[in-house]
Amino acid sequence: MIPLSHYLCLSVILFTLGVLGVVIRRNAIVIFMCIELMLNAVNLSFVAIARSLSSLDGQVIVLLVMTVAAAEAAVGLAIIISIFRTKGTINVDEINLLKW
Amino acid sequence: MEGIIFYIIALVTIIAAVRVVMGRNAIHSALWLVLVFFCFGALYVLLQAEFVAAIQVIVYAGAIMVLFLFVIMLLRVDRAEELLSKHRTQRVVGVLLGIALLVGIGVTVMVDLLPGKAGEKSIETLNALAGGNTQALAEKLFTDYLLPFEVTSVLLLAAIVGAVILAKRKEEK
Amino acid sequence: MLDLIWLVPFLPLCGVVINGLVGIRFPKWLTGTIGSLTVCGSFLVSCGVFYELIQLPAAERVKEVILCQWIPSGDFVVNLGFLVDPLSMVMLLTVSGVSFLIHVYSIGYMHEDEGFRRYFVYLNLFVFFMLMLVSANSFLLMFVGWEGVGLCSYLLIGFWYQRQAPADAGKKAFVVNRVGDYGFLLGMMLIFVTFGSLDFLKVFPVAHHYLPYGGITATMITLLLFIGACGKSAQFPLYIWLPDAMEGPTPVSALIHAATMVTAGVYMVARCNALYVLAPLSLWVVAIVGVGTALYAATMGLTQFDIKRVLAYSTISQLGYMFLACGAGAFAAGIFHLMTHAFFKALLFLGAGSVMHALSGELDIRKMGGLRKQLPWTHSTFLIGTLAIAGIAPLAGFFSKDAILWGAFQKNSWLWLVGAITALLTALYMFRAVFMAFYGKPRLDEHVANHVHESPPVMILPLAVLAVLSLVGGWIGIPPSLGGGEWFQEFLAPVFKSAVPVAVHHQAGGLSLVGLAQAAEAFAHGEELSLEWALMGVSLGVAIVGISLAYYLYLKNPEAPGKIAGTFKTPYRIIFNKYYMDEIYNAIFVQPIRRVSGWLWHSVDENVIDGTANGAGRLCTGLSAILKRLQTGYVQNYAIWMLVGTVLLIAYYLFR
Repeated sequence: MIPLSHYLCLSVILFTLGVLGVVIRRNAIVIFMCIELMLNAVNLSFVAIARSLSSLDGQVIVLLVMTVAAAEAAVGLAIIISIFRTKGTINVDEINLLKW
Repeated sequence: MEGIIFYIIALVTIIAAVRVVMGRNAIHSALWLVLVFFCFGALYVLLQAEFVAAIQVIVYAGAIMVLFLFVIMLLRVDRAEELLSKHRTQRVVGVLLGIALLVGIGVTVMVDLLPGKAGEKSIETLNALAGGNTQALAEKLFTDYLLPFEVTSVLLLAAIVGAVILAKRKEEK
Repeated sequence: MLDLIWLVPFLPLCGVVINGLVGIRFPKWLTGTIGSLTVCGSFLVSCGVFYELIQLPAAERVKEVILCQWIPSGDFVVNLGFLVDPLSMVMLLTVSGVSFLIHVYSIGYMHEDEGFRRYFVYLNLFVFFMLMLVSANSFLLMFVGWEGVGLCSYLLIGFWYQRQAPADAGKKAFVVNRVGDYGFLLGMMLIFVTFGSLDFLKVFPVAHHYLPYGGITATMITLLLFIGACGKSAQFPLYIWLPDAMEGPTPVSALIHAATMVTAGVYMVARCNALYVLAPLSLWVVAIVGVGTALYAATMGLTQFDIKRVLAYSTISQLGYMFLACGAGAFAAGIFHLMTHAFFKALLFLGAGSVMHALSGELDIRKMGGLRKQLPWTHSTFLIGTLAIAGIAPLAGFFSKDAILWGAFQKNSWLWLVGAITALLTALYMFRAVFMAFYGKPRLDEHVANHVHESPPVMILPLAVLAVLSLVGGWIGIPPSLGGGEWFQEFLAPVFKSAVPVAVHHQAGGLSLVGLAQAAEAFAHGEELSLEWALMGVSLGVAIVGISLAYYLYLKNPEAPGKIAGTFKTPYRIIFNKYYMDEIYNAIFVQPIRRVSGWLWHSVDENVIDGTANGAGRLCTGLSAILKRLQTGYVQNYAIWMLVGTVLLIAYYLFR
């Protein structure tokens, strides 16, 4: 039996990698992918804790999270397509119209 | 036995995640992400969440990543000129914060373990009782979590409508 | 009917509401009629209450009618109530009666004016407040009326506010009144602290228990109240607003500044007689200020050329007489003179208004003359009024003035002497005005002379009524020394029972031969009686001397006044410039206050207050200029900020 802390540790590492990706990369789609990575890391910790607490609630929540992630991915990518059409680039360094 | 499998899969996941973050080519990043998702699926199986694992592979690796690949190929943004963001300060600060986050949560996770109330029957028992993880989850989902389920369906509808409208090409007058 | 006393002030208030709120489109005749009818209604109700009051025996003629509780605040309880007793009865009848006549007159006088409706609303409002003042059952309610008449006085003096002079005059009146009101308020507070209540019926009957005779509290209270009276009744040094108040329409001058509002001070002193008799020092102050102001104002009346100003100074002078009476303890005589003065002074003012109406607004008596033939009615009524004020028997002014002088003599012969000199001056300046305006050769301007016309009946009728009252109004107070029953003073006696008996009058029956015979019999027994007759003779003689002097100076020998003025250049100049009082006040009070205000305006208001307000704005702008840099537009920056927050939260939970 793998102790819970191992799973949680793995989850933390993957989450941090996702965060690093969000703040470092320029390409908007890659940033989005890192966000998905973060979501999955959280899912992992949900399932791990569900097993540790002997409750199925964690897994149900994971299902719901996955649904939301799918919806969010669809809409987000549509927005990225829109931005590409307007600005011609999806380089986040160049998208700053809301600057003061 | 289980431990060895876990460590191997964890290692693969981490390496793949690093390749996702540091990949020069967006397509490469996408493909490494697919690998990450598969590993996750495996981990879920290890955790007696078989249904979740299946859904992970079908939805994430099968649908979402395909969507990503479609968009990358549509917009032809696979070749980036530079990998990293231009703003040096932002990068440095971001990395530092990320490490801080890692340390912080890590310590929390190691030190304070969770005070939640444990259920009586283990997951294995629950799965066995209901006749499989799928059935067990179904029981839970359609009774206790019925409202979130219905709301999520509305959310999906909204997402579909939004995505269609946002991505539509503006009609030429 | 006594319980309906609240209708008396209330009816004019209805007039205000109807004319002011509802009757914006009413035709002029309707507005005027409504205004006059409400006051007529008040007068009729007052008559009814009077009739009921005299059915009661003399000792019981004090009734309090309480409408509701106004201020219930712990120990301090004030009711909205009315006090019906002989004194308030006299005041109610005088005020409502004279007001009614003036309302009728105004319908004619203000006919051409744009602000006709506004005028009647203000006038009714004034009558409401005045009636509240005289029928109130407590100091606080009286003060409400007091302030209200001050307000209406301001509104009506400054009626033609489009011009600078009336606007300034209204402000001056209000501010000077305010100085007096300060004294009144302090006096009221002192009364409350001493007695625990402000109701008349709780203060006066027990005054001698709470206040030792001649004590400091009694003196302070009465002096403070007298300051209020000085402000309202234009005594020295708070009289300066009254001459300027002549900028208002003439009926306003007649009503407010002759017959009613300025008498509020006298009424208040008379009402508080129970307090004043406990403070002999205050009585001396009242008497001296009164007679001094009387003489002072009479001298100024001699030099003015504006007919309304002459009458204004005459009012100040006659009010001085009333205060002299109160100071001498002869409160009933003071109120008697108040009533007769209301009749003939209102008559004189309305007559002056009639003259101005005929001469298209001319005020200067140097530009009048020989109007006797062209304005017969105005002339005869004006003459009757002048004879009354000069104190010629058997007109009203004779009896009231004589009663005052008799009372003054009882207190101190010097007071009487000054009073007598003033009577001479009064006859002199009043007949100067009459002779210069109505007799002699016409000195009118060309364009004015062509339009001279007698006033319409709606203006002549009130003049006639007031003339009749000036003739016979004094006959209700004929002293027994002349065979009269002194009904007026008898009627008021219960109110002033605490007053030191002024004179011993023999009880006599009504005016009749029997009465005269009885008086003649008493003559043998009383030196006092002969003294009274002697003094009466002096008053009459003094008045006749004054009239003859006026005849000589202004009709027979028109150059004489000029020569006299030339001989006594400096005194004449001082008096003509009203003893430079306005200039003195300006230098002592007005200019320093303006300077301080200016300093406060620039240093405090502009720098501190505006600075704070603007500074708050500048602070916001400055802060936002700094904070806006957070919005860089880069999504990754925002993500980093979120990260910062998360790390902080984790740190917090970690180190808790």
